[in-house]
Order: sequence, then structure tokens, then C-alpha cells
Amino acid sequence: MGWHRKDLIGIEELSVEEINTVFKTAEAFKGLLTRNVAKTPVLRGKTVVNLFFEPSTRTRVAFEMAAKRLSADVISLDMKISSTSKGETLRDTVENIRALSADIIIMRHSAPGAARYIADVLDIPVLNAGDGAHEHPTQALLDCFTLREKFGSLEGRKIAILGDIQYSRVARSNIWAMTKLGAEVTLVGPSTLVPRHFEKMGVSVSHDLRSALADKDAVMLLRIQHERQNASAFPSLNEYTSMFGLNKERLSWLKKDAVIMHPGPINRGVEIDSELADSEQSVILQQVTNGLAVRMGALYLCTGGNADAVSA
Amino acid sequence: MATITWIKGGRLIDPKSKQDEIADLFIRDGKIATKPDSTELADATIIDATGLVVAPGLVDLHVHFRVPGQTHKETILSGTSAAAAGGYTSVVCMPNTSPNADNPGTIKQIQAAIRREALVNVFPTGCITKATEGESLSPTGSLSKEGIVAISEGGRCVQNNSLMRRAVQYAHMFNIPVIDHCEDYSLTEGGVMNEGFISTKLGLRGMPREAEEIIVSRNIILSSHSGAHIHLQHISSKNAIDIIRRAKARGINITAEATPHHLALNDSELETFDPNFKMRPPLRTEEDRLAILDAMEDGTIDCIATGHAPHTDYEKDVELDNAPFGIIGLETALSITLEQFYHSKRLSLLGTLALMTYRPSDVLNLGKGALEIGKNADVMIFDPNEEWTPRNKEFHSKSSNSPWIGRTLKGRVKKTLVNGKLVFDNGEIVGEPLPY
Repeated sequence: MGWHRKDLIGIEELSVEEINTVFKTAEAFKGLLTRNVAKTPVLRGKTVVNLFFEPSTRTRVAFEMAAKRLSADVISLDMKISSTSKGETLRDTVENIRALSADIIIMRHSAPGAARYIADVLDIPVLNAGDGAHEHPTQALLDCFTLREKFGSLEGRKIAILGDIQYSRVARSNIWAMTKLGAEVTLVGPSTLVPRHFEKMGVSVSHDLRSALADKDAVMLLRIQHERQNASAFPSLNEYTSMFGLNKERLSWLKKDAVIMHPGPINRGVEIDSELADSEQSVILQQVTNGLAVRMGALYLCTGGNADAVSA
Repeated sequence: MATITWIKGGRLIDPKSKQDEIADLFIRDGKIATKPDSTELADATIIDATGLVVAPGLVDLHVHFRVPGQTHKETILSGTSAAAAGGYTSVVCMPNTSPNADNPGTIKQIQAAIRREALVNVFPTGCITKATEGESLSPTGSLSKEGIVAISEGGRCVQNNSLMRRAVQYAHMFNIPVIDHCEDYSLTEGGVMNEGFISTKLGLRGMPREAEEIIVSRNIILSSHSGAHIHLQHISSKNAIDIIRRAKARGINITAEATPHHLALNDSELETFDPNFKMRPPLRTEEDRLAILDAMEDGTIDCIATGHAPHTDYEKDVELDNAPFGIIGLETALSITLEQFYHSKRLSLLGTLALMTYRPSDVLNLGKGALEIGKNADVMIFDPNEEWTPRNKEFHSKSSNSPWIGRTLKGRVKKTLVNGKLVFDNGEIVGEPLPY
């Protein structure tokens, strides 16, 4: 199966075959995670550097653990306290880290395109752990991997993505991934956070929660990202919750047994009632576990690993 | 004995007098002249222009030469070298320097640098407000005594409507036009590109067209009440063009310019995240681009202006969000404009050159951009069909922040003369600073 990329920057440029290659590799690594010695030596002697210019818990830890399970040495840098705050350019920072013989760079950065930019500068693999509101490819891969476990395939499945779409890299990567895999995607939320421009990406846009949730197989909730908004795009969090928050009644508008997803971090009581986040229908923690397997797969493939050589 | 230059055998185009024929052009002691007698011609310096076009030197109402204060990006010498290489013989430089050109001393300093270094005619402007902060008026009267041709905020826009109204009324008293970069900041904060499908897809912050349209409307209203002349810089939005068209039909005293990049490129270029496509106003949609071409054809937009904004490679070689706005344009403007109007058969060669010669000159009454007997001989000679490819670090500008690097362009300047003296000749700067 095919994977010839040095980097994983976005889902937009991936083919269905490439996405399925990541899934196949992730499946194999997921099997490994349940063993007594959940470690494989494929990245032994390699150094993975985590560069996080924005705060992250889940993604950074998942990448760190994924790299350690593959026996790599891992260094995680909180770039808020590094030399960039002294005025160093991003190019100089990553070229210095490369000169220290880093083998793989995982980066989160507030600027869309930042991952592509350093991937073009460097001769080593770069994995995008989120570039502004642009893409977060491993999140979309783990989300679709999770849906695939539930449904077997995404083909023909109806999925709603609900919330702050405008400022969400998770939404953009999932739009690409889900539509490529054959799902029908509806974006729903206030008009100021879900502009009609998204329709050109092959999805429906709705501002009416009830009709948008009707007959959906899954709903993905997104956090309201206060930190990315210029000015409030809606009057108040209370108003948001009253119009678009997921609660028990609204859950019934979806298909029976529909899946609830959330990439985290959750604002309990804002975009979702607390009890729903912990309900049977929620796969939020499965998403996190799958994130480990998917990131192991991505690291393995970008360093030249052969998808056919790993087995569960 | 008079010094005679004889430009021989070219296709002579003077858009202002609508002349377009194979003819010789004579220069006597730096001025356009009638045909000298045969004894004088015997000693003339001959420039063979066979197969080339001979036209008035181009006029640019909008350049940033970074003097004083940011000479790592551009100087009067490097900026006017870029101008000469692009066929420009007259440029108007913006006042957002460091310090800002908001006081007579700084204008004097700029004028001194022009006397020392300029290879082409440079016309300075002064700030509308002190330090372009939009809070209090700069001394327009005193600045006009130092020879400014207009006031402007450079890349900024006065947000306070009351202050802008006063500025326009006050400058009108001295017959000084007001040049405005039309942008409502409350709509563009944090934006790096046009707001639309592409910005939505890329997750980049958008600058909506309304930001330009609202300030264009404001300026038209202020001009209509005061009668003062306001020149609208780098128009990029279809809706703004419609507003300008209707204002002109009502006889309101406004003029407008557009840049070569806005008429040749659209916002899909940002898919590469290349900072050389980051400018304000941003590249708009294809629909807007086509509206700009139409507006230049029907005269709604008066002229081409480059907005030449040099930034060094290390300033531009960063993530798109953190890169400065603006690109250089002097050395590529003619090629781009020829491609959009002449080679595409939208306009004749004469009609195309009008957009870059007497029409910009007329906007600010500079008295340039035409081949008139007795006037200073500012002339450029070019091959409309020669193909060339701009390369990084090969510009005459100190900066290389051009979106055209690596793209094949058609139409190339061969020679540029200022006051009858050759300043640019086949790729090389040969001129000395202008004598004052």
C-alpha cells in the first residue's frame, strides 16, 4: 500500500489510499498496545522533537507516547519559553534543531501554513500537530479511524460537525477526511461561525440544529475557541448553549444510537451537557486511545516504514 | 553647441497626443525638440530604436522608498534604479518613513536625499496626521512649502471621520490633494488575505471587501461636500469600483488607481502561503480582478500604480501570519500591464501606455508622462514582446519581495532616459543622480 510522503501536513492533499494506509498501520499498532511489552523498536536511535508553539495536552502527550512506543528518544519543547520569544525566526529555530541532529519534528503553531513552510525548509519528516485554523491531520485521522471502528466504513454515513467551525483546524481536516471517505457532512452552528464559504469544500451548511441533526449517524462537537476570535461572534456562551448546545432532548433528534464525538478539551455545560459526554453513545475516550495508534502509524510511515511490514 | 540625441526608427507612441507611428524622436539639451538641422544631426548621439517602442517615461503615484529610516529595504538610489529599470521616470513616494514625513524638516531631508541620489524624478508626499497616528493634523501648509505634491498616510488610513473631514477641507485650501489607503481597521484586524472561500479553506484570517468599500464611500461623501480632490489608492473590490463609477458620473472630484498585482492575480495564489502574495488590500477574487480590468478600460480607475513596497528577504521569509504586507512592483509593472491589456487585446498599445503615463501624471498635475516639444525628455524604449523571467536577488531594488519571481513575463524595458540622459541601458544602470 502506498505512502511516499516525508511529511504529514494536511488531509487536503492525501488520497483515499494514503488515508487507508495510515488506518491499516494504526490498526496494527493498536494491536501492539494491548500486549505486555507495548513497544516496538522501529524508531530506535531516532530523535523526535515536539515543538509546541501553542498549548496542548492531549496531542503533545499522544505524540510523545506514540514516539516512545516506537522506541524513539523524545524531546518536547514548550516554545513559549524558548528563543523565539527572543526574536528568533521560525526558520532559524528549526534549522538549529535540525543541526542538533533531530530526525523528526512534530510542530504545533498558530500560523496557518507554518508546518508546510518548515517541511519545505527541512530534509527531515515534519508532522503537523495543528497549524492555526488550517489543518490538524492526525486528529481527523483518529476521528475517522474511530468512526470506522464503529461503522465499518464511512461510506454513505451522515455526520454533523457542530460548533465553532470558522476557527477550527479539526473541522477543516475532518471535512477533507470524511468527504474523501464517502461520508455526507453537515456543518452546523451560528452563521458567524459557519460561513457559507465552506459549502465549496463539499459539505452542507446549516444554522438550524434540529434539521441538521435529523438522521445523522454521528455528531462531532467542537469547543468554542475564545482565544481565536477577534470579537465575539455570538452574544454570550449562555445564548450559544441555548441555541446550539447538545442536550438530552436534542440528542434524540439524531439517529438512535448515534455516536457523539469531541476532540477535546470539552467545555462541559457549554457545547455539551456533562452527562452526555460520559454516556454510552460518547466515544470521546476511544478517540484519545486511537490517537496514540494513529500517531504511531503516521510517525512510522513518514520515516519510511512499510505498511505491509507491520502486523497486529 | 547643443547636445542632440536622435532616437531613430522606433514606433513612437505618445498616448496624450494620440501619436502612434514609426518616427524619430529628437532631444536637444535634455528637452524634447523638433528635428535639428543637418549640421547638428551630424554630431547627434544616435540611439537605434528599430523594432522597439519609444514612449514617455512611466509615472508611478505610489512607491515606498523607505528614506529616511529603513534604508535596509530601499534607498532613493536603489528605488530610483528600480524605477529606471522598469521604465519609470517619475515616482511619488509615500510619507510613512521613519521618522514619518509629517514635518518640514523630514521633507527637507528627503529632498536632500533626492538631490544626492535620485536617477529619476521623485515627488515626495507628506503625512495627513502626525506620525500617521490618525489623531491630529500634520502641518499641511508648511509641508506644501517644502514641495510635497499630496498628503497621505502611506499604508495607513485615518479612521476618525471628523479628522479626515478636517484634513480634506484644510488641504483643499492649499490645493493639495489627499491620497487615501481605504481600509476600515475594525473589519481587518488580524487579517492577512481576502475573506472568502480561499481564506476559509486555508484557515487564514480574512479582510473583507467591506473594509475598502466603506472607506471609499466615506471619501466620496467627504469629497462631494467639500469639493476637495481625494485620490483612492489600490482599489481592489468590485463593489468599490461600482461606488466610484457612480460617484464619477455625478462629477465628484475623486480619482483612483489599481496595482498590476490586483489586475493580474487573485486570492487563490495564497494556497502556497507565500508571503510574496501578502499585501493590503489583499488579492481579491477572480470576479473582483475582472472588474478592475473593466474599470481601467472605461476610466473608472484612472491609472496603474505599483504600491512598490520593499521588504528584505529575512523579513518576508517567515510564516505568512508574521510577514509584513507589500511587494515590490516597479520593475515588473510594465510587463504585467502589457499582458493584461495589450497582449490580451483588451486595449491598444497606446491605450495601455496611457494608464501608466499621462493619466497618472494628470491625477496629481505632475506635468509628466507625455512627449511634448520643449518639455524635459523623460523617455523609455521597450520591446513589448521580449520574454524574461525575474529572479530572486536580480532586482535593482534592494529587496526581492516579488510575486513574479520565476514566472515568464512578456515585454521588457531596454533603455530609460531622464532629462535626455540615458540612466538605464540594457539591464544596467548607467545614469548619475539628477543635477539640481
